[in-house]
Amino acid sequence: MTEFFHMGGYALYVWGSLGMTFIVLLLNIVLPLSQHRDVLRKAAEFHEWEGRDEK
Amino acid sequence: MTPVRKKRLLLILALVAGVGIALALVLQAFNQNMMFYYAPKEIKAGKAPANHDFRVGGLVVKGSMQRDKQSLEVRFDVTDLTETVTVSYTGILPDLFREGQGIIARGKLLPDGVIEASEVLAKHDENYMPPEVASSLPQTPPKEAK
Amino acid sequence: MISILTRWFHRLASPVWFYRIAGKLLPWLWALFALLLVTGLYGGLVTAPADYQQGDSFRIIYVHVPAAWLSMFVYMVMAVSGAIALIWRIKLAEMVLVSCAPIGASFTFIALVTGALWGKPMWGAWWVWDARLTSELILLFLYLGVIGLYNAIEDKRMASRAVAILALVGIVNIPIIHYSVEWWNTLHQGATVTKFDKPSIHIDMLIPLLLMAGAFKVFFVISLLLRTRNELLERELPRQWVKQLVEENAND
Repeated sequence: MTEFFHMGGYALYVWGSLGMTFIVLLLNIVLPLSQHRDVLRKAAEFHEWEGRDEK
Repeated sequence: MTPVRKKRLLLILALVAGVGIALALVLQAFNQNMMFYYAPKEIKAGKAPANHDFRVGGLVVKGSMQRDKQSLEVRFDVTDLTETVTVSYTGILPDLFREGQGIIARGKLLPDGVIEASEVLAKHDENYMPPEVASSLPQTPPKEAK
Repeated sequence: MISILTRWFHRLASPVWFYRIAGKLLPWLWALFALLLVTGLYGGLVTAPADYQQGDSFRIIYVHVPAAWLSMFVYMVMAVSGAIALIWRIKLAEMVLVSCAPIGASFTFIALVTGALWGKPMWGAWWVWDARLTSELILLFLYLGVIGLYNAIEDKRMASRAVAILALVGIVNIPIIHYSVEWWNTLHQGATVTKFDKPSIHIDMLIPLLLMAGAFKVFFVISLLLRTRNELLERELPRQWVKQLVEENAND
């Protein structure tokens, strides 16, 4: 198991690459999802106002 | 497709083709500078720049490695399987550096024909295999290094 | 036949239909991504043997190569969407176009950074200005250019048209990246998997690589759907179908 984490002496490079990759990929999910929440809230507010105007 | 759309399509194709041709011409003009390194035969033919640093690439000749006992200096021969040049270098070599492997050294040509390198990089090939497989392969000479 | 195809094409381009289908597809795509990622990582990090020359450092290949492939693939998708947006003026194509850019930039960034982390121990340098590395860096700038230009122009339809042209012009960089290792002497090694004769990689190392490439591709689709969906809502905010959607969400 230690051998696995050691990566034949290249631990820093191999785990560094993987870690960096997954951080970037995660950002590509988290950012659009939070943006989605924001735009839905914005849409809800907009149509609520519209609705009031119609009354 | 409507005529308007067809016109737009043609315009786009012309645009991309135009830029492509322009770029191809530019690359053609810069071809020498796009070469990251020279092969020993090009150096022997006098194509390498004399007044500034350039790079040489090729395979390290087996058995040519000599270490200086007092310093970190190493000397080895680099070949493209036609011509061979000698490189001298002082410093730490990359992990992949070994005899028979491709390397790229940057430095200048001394009057005695030796290249004094300030940097040595190892070039790895496109083959990936486990050690057992590698050792079972017949010892074929490596393909000519570009 | 053509009419069926065009009808399908326009239906796909209808915002409501796209929004609904994206929502339905996402869970399946997530499952597929998880499956490919877990098997690919396990294969690449655990079962694949170490390389005869590079030892364990070659395992960086399992993120580096898929990211590099995708960096070019995403660009192709982006440029094709740009062409569709310019010729047919289909709004959805514009949205796909602008949604591709940040994802493509991310893949390019990953390819460059993991390449540096591989280059340092193997070549002896983090970075060299050889044709392959330089053309990949230009790709990153093209993506950043698309993002920057789109945000700089207020009118989004106008902005889409401008970035579509930029994306199309930049497509000449793609063959340069691919063939750079053949056309010029580069420090970067030649192609391993995509050359015409048989791939020069051992099968136990190749399979995890293909699984990871699949995982990255599915990831691209997921991220693209998420971003395009946002772009769609943003642009169609006052429309009736968005109102309906908001009401449905409120009732849930």
